[in-house]
Amino acid sequence: MRPILVVTENQGAELSDSSRELLSKALALTEAFGGEVVAVGFGEGAPETLKRSGAHRAVAVGGSAVAQYASLPYERALHQVLERIQPSLVLLPNTTLGMDLGASLAAAKGMAMVAYCCGLHTESGALVATSQVYGGKLLAEVAIPVEEGAPGTVVTVLPGSWAPEALPNREPVLETLLAEEAQGMVVRETIAPESGGDVDITRAEVLVSVGRGIQDPENIPLAEELAQVLGGVVSCSRPVVDAGWLPRSRQVGKSGLTVKPKLYLALGISGAPEHLQGMKDAELIVAVNTDPAAPIFEVAHYGTTADVLDFIPAAVEAIRERGA
Amino acid sequence: MTEKAKPVELDVAYVDGVKLTGPWNRMFEPRVITDYDLNPLEAITQIPGAESLGYCYQCGKCTAVCPIDTVGDYSPRKIFRRTQLGIDLMDSPDLWLCTTCANCLRVCPKEVNMIQIMPAVREQAVAKGNAPQELLTAFENTARYGNPLGEPPRRRADWVKAAGVPVPILAQHKAPVDVLWWVECYPSYHPRGKDASVALARILHHLGVDFGILGVEEKCAGDSQRMAGETGLFEVLAEHNIKVLSKYQFNTLMVTDPHAFNAFLHHYPKLGGSWPTVHYTQFLAARVEAMEFTRAIRKRVTFHDPCYLGRHNGEYDAPRRLLQAIPGLELVEMGRCRENSYCCGGGGGGMWMDGFAAQHLNMRLSERRVLEALEYGAEVLAVSCPYEVSRFEDAVKSTGNAGRLAVLDIAELLAQSLGLIPEQV
Amino acid sequence: MRIAVLMKEVPDLIEELELTPEGRLETDVLSYIPSEWDEQALEEALILKEESGAAVTVVAVDSGQVDDMLYTALAKGADRAVKLAAESEVLTNRARAALMAAYLQQDPYDLVLTGVQAVDDLDGQVAGLLGGQLGWPHASVVREVKAQGEQVQCVQEYAGGWMATLELALPAVLGIQAARRPPRYVSVAKVRQLQKTASLETVEVTPLPAVELPVRRLYRPAAAGHATMWSEDAAEAAAQLVELLQSRKLIRS
Repeated sequence: MRPILVVTENQGAELSDSSRELLSKALALTEAFGGEVVAVGFGEGAPETLKRSGAHRAVAVGGSAVAQYASLPYERALHQVLERIQPSLVLLPNTTLGMDLGASLAAAKGMAMVAYCCGLHTESGALVATSQVYGGKLLAEVAIPVEEGAPGTVVTVLPGSWAPEALPNREPVLETLLAEEAQGMVVRETIAPESGGDVDITRAEVLVSVGRGIQDPENIPLAEELAQVLGGVVSCSRPVVDAGWLPRSRQVGKSGLTVKPKLYLALGISGAPEHLQGMKDAELIVAVNTDPAAPIFEVAHYGTTADVLDFIPAAVEAIRERGA
Repeated sequence: MTEKAKPVELDVAYVDGVKLTGPWNRMFEPRVITDYDLNPLEAITQIPGAESLGYCYQCGKCTAVCPIDTVGDYSPRKIFRRTQLGIDLMDSPDLWLCTTCANCLRVCPKEVNMIQIMPAVREQAVAKGNAPQELLTAFENTARYGNPLGEPPRRRADWVKAAGVPVPILAQHKAPVDVLWWVECYPSYHPRGKDASVALARILHHLGVDFGILGVEEKCAGDSQRMAGETGLFEVLAEHNIKVLSKYQFNTLMVTDPHAFNAFLHHYPKLGGSWPTVHYTQFLAARVEAMEFTRAIRKRVTFHDPCYLGRHNGEYDAPRRLLQAIPGLELVEMGRCRENSYCCGGGGGGMWMDGFAAQHLNMRLSERRVLEALEYGAEVLAVSCPYEVSRFEDAVKSTGNAGRLAVLDIAELLAQSLGLIPEQV
Repeated sequence: MRIAVLMKEVPDLIEELELTPEGRLETDVLSYIPSEWDEQALEEALILKEESGAAVTVVAVDSGQVDDMLYTALAKGADRAVKLAAESEVLTNRARAALMAAYLQQDPYDLVLTGVQAVDDLDGQVAGLLGGQLGWPHASVVREVKAQGEQVQCVQEYAGGWMATLELALPAVLGIQAARRPPRYVSVAKVRQLQKTASLETVEVTPLPAVELPVRRLYRPAAAGHATMWSEDAAEAAAQLVELLQSRKLIRS
């Protein structure tokens, strides 16, 4: 098989968890289909982290154009890499980077595309991708053509889809590529996550997390009261932040923060994949949602279909009674 | 001390063609009213339907009976006065607090008609997108799903599974029925509304009534959306419902919800949909002789007149006849009953503006009403409007009276006494 | 500035999705709604129009389900609505993007906004597909779009709460995560009025080439890890919560 290209991201001085996930899967696939894994990384730290990628070959893209992420110069550099490698498969994390680059590479290079992938497996000599669609309510299975003449396929993988295996202790053959300055896109300012001034939800042991089901900003104080009697703080899902009901610093999920509290109480959160990504490793998850088919119940340990607006005051009262 | 007012006197003045000389035309200094900029008031009173706001002469009778004023600072008189002073009603919370209970109209000597003013002015505000977000969400849900709760349309008749008796759905029934039961949204979807629907279905079955429902073909009747300012939405719903109802043969339309009842009596006929319509309490009261009660309910029960059954449509007796038929039941009246009944806060879109109301009032109307029921020593608050069970049950809890007052639909009380459902009280 | 907002309708997830034995969506029972992120994109475009007088055109591939969505967009304040004629009513995103790209080549806009994703875009998100197909600067997961002469500024979001302010040269494609304000409500009367007075333009285009992968089957995820369900009664469920928290020493007993 033609090579598998893995687009990696760094997290500090290490490969990100999702990059390691992709690399270990790519390596497993080359065992089944033959061929090589080529890892590509960007920026100053890439030559160092790519050494630990376990890939057969690696391309470190450097230069001021890719010192910080911007889709346009990354994309231009990847076009060059694709031209050279002619991969049968391109794996990217389904993060902002993957959402920017996955579809655009596929469209520009005439490749097929599978997004929101949560599983890649071989099936009697064929490669099959499984993706989450319809808010995680259904899975879709797509057979990815890997034969010689196939156009190649770009796959963006939801972080946390499988546990990464330890990467082999092999130093890849490293090439470097100087990224060209791209006209047409400038990063003006990088903004660090909001902290200070507000609570740090990643440190809280108890999170009372509210979603769309809370219905109205007037109901946020109800959740705050419950958080208070539980000794926790209020967090939320994306729509609550978008509606302006809570600050962005309280948002759990893909575009927010990843949390791992002792108790995660999900109130009126349906459990879109983007949200689950940020909280599914909590020690104890209790979900309250009127829709019995809500995906949140797939990851929750306990649940009820009671109305959140009835449940919250009932819980406050019950806790006060016992606690007093 | 202010200066003494100076009289103004003309030699001759003509008033309506009558010649008035000297002291006969004397008046004191022009009243300050002429100093006001009346444009804001005129901007409101020129809206078709809102003209009567200008008739107000500030007698204040409405303030004495307005349920909102007992928990806030509100009444039609105050709305007039504030508008006269230049406050734009379009931007004022006053526009959204009226529950269209119609008690002001009952006492107003000038017939300032909030039942027409509110939907007319609100419609203009909604057209500008200028309304409480929670109300707009209810509109959006109704437009999209045919119910304000945002529940799946395909599950509208799911409650039938719990009925335990046949509840024919007309699309499958393929035969005329005597009674078409208009179930409406809260009785179809709300857990406590569904309890009452099950009770009513069993009573109908017990009485041998030949009835059917529309199931998924039914959409919200839309009357409260109309009162809250979404006339276009009301029309779309009405057109749909009239079309569906016209497909079937039935003799009587029996309606659970007084708001839908109001729509079928007064507004659907204007759009070409006219059927003999009764509220379910009227339908059952006419058949009370045929009910074989097996269980006494030895409780002090009081009844809350729904605004849209009582004041709006003049039916006060049917619910009481039903309650009085239940063996052992002692009916006590609250001070505010019948024509002067209080309001649960759910009408006129209030059902979907609880958060907004909480910002502007010091207590919910439902809480005030529950306290009144308790003051009269009631153990059960009987209701006959599907908005009320959940509102009053919440209010019982939020006022710290859990366990002291049960809230039950009249259908539930009847079904219990007929031995058709487990004992509730 | 001329802004195109690309919208599409998606199955409404409020109703349970039903599958055929072959693992396809049972389309007879589906109801469709505008993709919620596309509604965010429209709102952001309308805010831009209010700020800088942009002309907003909503564009949708005509799948036979889009008229209400387009009239509603007009009622909210869009200036034009364009339907792209399609040969099939069941279209992959690649096929949609290929039609959109062809349209944008023939009727150029300065800025293209669309939802960052949709619940059914298995084969790629429209913003990226168009950016790649047209070779325009593009960015996904963005909000707070500001027009600045020949360029546009926006905030792009990354994992962990990181963000960056980007400037893109026009023409550009943006995948909108959220508008600055919740999408506006438009009264039914206004929509009905527009249905009588406004017209939707239908444009025929020859789609650019697109590589499609057929979906083998759709299925429900195994409910292996389903929550233990408590009572649906709020008070009873609350009591069960307290019991659990006591046993886990998460509250004082």
